[in-house]
Amino acid sequence: MSTIQPNIEQPVSEEMQLVRRAKRGDDQAFEELVRRYDRNVFRIAQHITQNREDAEDVVQEAFLKAYGNLAKFQEQSKFYTWLVRIAVNEALMKLRRRKPERTVSLDEDVKTEDDSLPREVADWSPNPEQMYNQAELRDILTRTIQGLPAGFRTVFVLRDVEGLSTEETADALELSIPAVKSRLLRARLQLRDRLSRYFQKKASGDGNQ
Amino acid sequence: MKCSEFLNELTNYLDGALDDRTKSELDDHLAWCHNCYVVCDTTRKTIEIYRGSELYELPEDLRTRLRSAIMSKCSAHKKSDSSSS
Repeated sequence: MSTIQPNIEQPVSEEMQLVRRAKRGDDQAFEELVRRYDRNVFRIAQHITQNREDAEDVVQEAFLKAYGNLAKFQEQSKFYTWLVRIAVNEALMKLRRRKPERTVSLDEDVKTEDDSLPREVADWSPNPEQMYNQAELRDILTRTIQGLPAGFRTVFVLRDVEGLSTEETADALELSIPAVKSRLLRARLQLRDRLSRYFQKKASGDGNQ
Repeated sequence: MKCSEFLNELTNYLDGALDDRTKSELDDHLAWCHNCYVVCDTTRKTIEIYRGSELYELPEDLRTRLRSAIMSKCSAHKKSDSSSS
């Protein structure tokens, strides 16, 4: 069975050159960093806040904070990882403000009891994406991921949607590597389980529709 | 190997982060355990579907507007910094 590979590989040296130019006051270099990562920051922010206006604010605030604190960036990680850490914190703050009734934390309790393996596993249709039209599929995927606790959702988005490595995810979220792995496993299994409702093979054998 | 042991290693298995020996133990388990095979296969599909989904893309006009707002605030920040120092 094939393995999943991260989908982002940025040349560190080129990124660091831009960072160093920006640190010396070159705003064009900073603008280039904005161009490079604004889409990623927006996606992450919208996944966490689940609100488009909040996500727009997070993009602005994260880049402004990065700009204002550039001198403090030690260059021990990628600029992108550092930026993601800022963006995640901004996004969680927005979420807490919007949903004060719920405690929102990356340290949410992770269920450890061994209850995640379903007793009876229904296989999926061979091409599950083709069972629905594009709008229906987007709706299913959005509602499903929004149902995950914020801590699981954030780890899944950074690791599997944005393609950060386990180490980069741990660094960006200030979590340990085992904590990232455990949340990622739970997130993946919960999403799989919820999607099965929509994607499982039909009993009549018409799973190929 | 028990199904629960397989499941605990599922993330490492899908990420290709296992040594050869553990990987081959998991492959052996998958060869006879249909449930774990299905869970593994559909979890991999779950990741691929989300990775390719482009759920929250930034429209180009909004992108331009955000970038220009960011850069003008950066420039104001720089001016206020230099006038206060």
